[in-house]
Amino acid sequence: MSDSASARFLPEHPPVKDWIHDFDHTDPVWTEDPFPIWEELRAASPVVHTNRFLGCYMPTTYQAVKEIAYDTEHFSSRRVIVRDVRPEITARAPPITSDPPEHKPAKQVLLPPFTPDAMKKLEPRVRAICNELIDEFIDDGGCDAAARYTKNVPVRAIAHMLGIPEQDGDLFIKWIHGILELGIKSEDALMNAVREMTGYFMVHLEERKKAPGDDLISKLMQAKLPNGAPLSDEHVLGSLRLLLIAGIDTTWSAIGSSLWHLARTPADRERLVAEPELMPSAIEEFLRAFSPVTMAREVMKETTVSGCPVKSGNMVLLSFPAANRDPAMFPDADKVVIDRKENRHAAFGLGIHRCVGSNLARMEMTVAIEEWLKRIPDFRLDPAGKVTWSEGTVRGPRQLPVLFGKKA
Amino acid sequence: MAKLRIRVDQDKCQGHARCKSLAPELFELDEYGNAHEAGDGSVPEGLEDKAWLAQTNCPEIAIEVTEE
Repeated sequence: MSDSASARFLPEHPPVKDWIHDFDHTDPVWTEDPFPIWEELRAASPVVHTNRFLGCYMPTTYQAVKEIAYDTEHFSSRRVIVRDVRPEITARAPPITSDPPEHKPAKQVLLPPFTPDAMKKLEPRVRAICNELIDEFIDDGGCDAAARYTKNVPVRAIAHMLGIPEQDGDLFIKWIHGILELGIKSEDALMNAVREMTGYFMVHLEERKKAPGDDLISKLMQAKLPNGAPLSDEHVLGSLRLLLIAGIDTTWSAIGSSLWHLARTPADRERLVAEPELMPSAIEEFLRAFSPVTMAREVMKETTVSGCPVKSGNMVLLSFPAANRDPAMFPDADKVVIDRKENRHAAFGLGIHRCVGSNLARMEMTVAIEEWLKRIPDFRLDPAGKVTWSEGTVRGPRQLPVLFGKKA
Repeated sequence: MAKLRIRVDQDKCQGHARCKSLAPELFELDEYGNAHEAGDGSVPEGLEDKAWLAQTNCPEIAIEVTEE
């Protein structure tokens, strides 16, 4: 989300000169092309540290990422974004910010609406959304695919699921930008976005108290914890914040990176058009190679990770994207192999915090790329335009100018 | 080819559902999306490759394949 108007107000971080001892995942060099940096860090140590962000570690190998993801005793999820600030924890978003034992019941409430079978029922609507979007620009011979397509698929899909207006998408995007990007460096931007979002959902909660529907908000309000208690309004609001934040930028990025790759790689594009049965393995490979989501943990107790000591009080940048590029885990880790057979990628996390929306994300990605390739089998990056990438926690193209049809 | 049997370790499965996508005949998902081996876990003849494919793609290494 390159919002230049608001980006002006960001306090600047000094440019990184020493990645190994002073890494910064918001540095423009990282944002543009993080892969060589991860390679350098991985060669240095399985765990590196920076004094930025009030102290933060980064595991650089698949193994070290996995150890931390599985260790909920030493690593808490109460903060899941590495920021300059550590504001007091007021707005929780269960289950992503929950640790055991609270985590499991909070997660189980959310799981049934997101099973693969539930996604099959949503799929026709998503296919229609994709075609409605393509109809708007297909005659133009080109478009910014990030603004016109990849963003709007998840915005409309999650709005449809929650039963909130699809036209409110611009608001959602503004809040997410405030929380995931501006909020890394500005507590005000973070708090304002959380406050506005909470107010928005409170109105929807009140409406459904009077007249429940069959949307996901109503279902959450009617859900019961294993002890039979209903969820508090605060819990429902927290989970709704989570679903909106986690359901949009992430899939926007995953679809965008996939199209970015296909725009630059005619061989893969032609192969996918000719052999559509490769789509499932291609989707998994795009998820591996361009994993959008980096999470965080907070070190609660001193321990070691892959032999490296980590001390409490520090954050951990839990980079599933870097894990997925580890050559010790994936042969040809830096190549995109759309028929890769063995692919235990961690794009949706590992352990108890596996992304609750992973089946939704896969379905949206698959449908969005299938429908695009059906209607626009031949396309390329617009050499006159510039591809830009989001900063920080979720990585994907925020401008993706492409040419197609007669201009391709 | 030896007869195969699969088992999903319920302590490890986190519901990634990769197995169900790769080998729908061999796995069932519960209401939370967590995977279980279909039936008694014995792999019908001809589906051995799918069993191994599911095993080698599970991010949590939750699937055991044994040869009988």
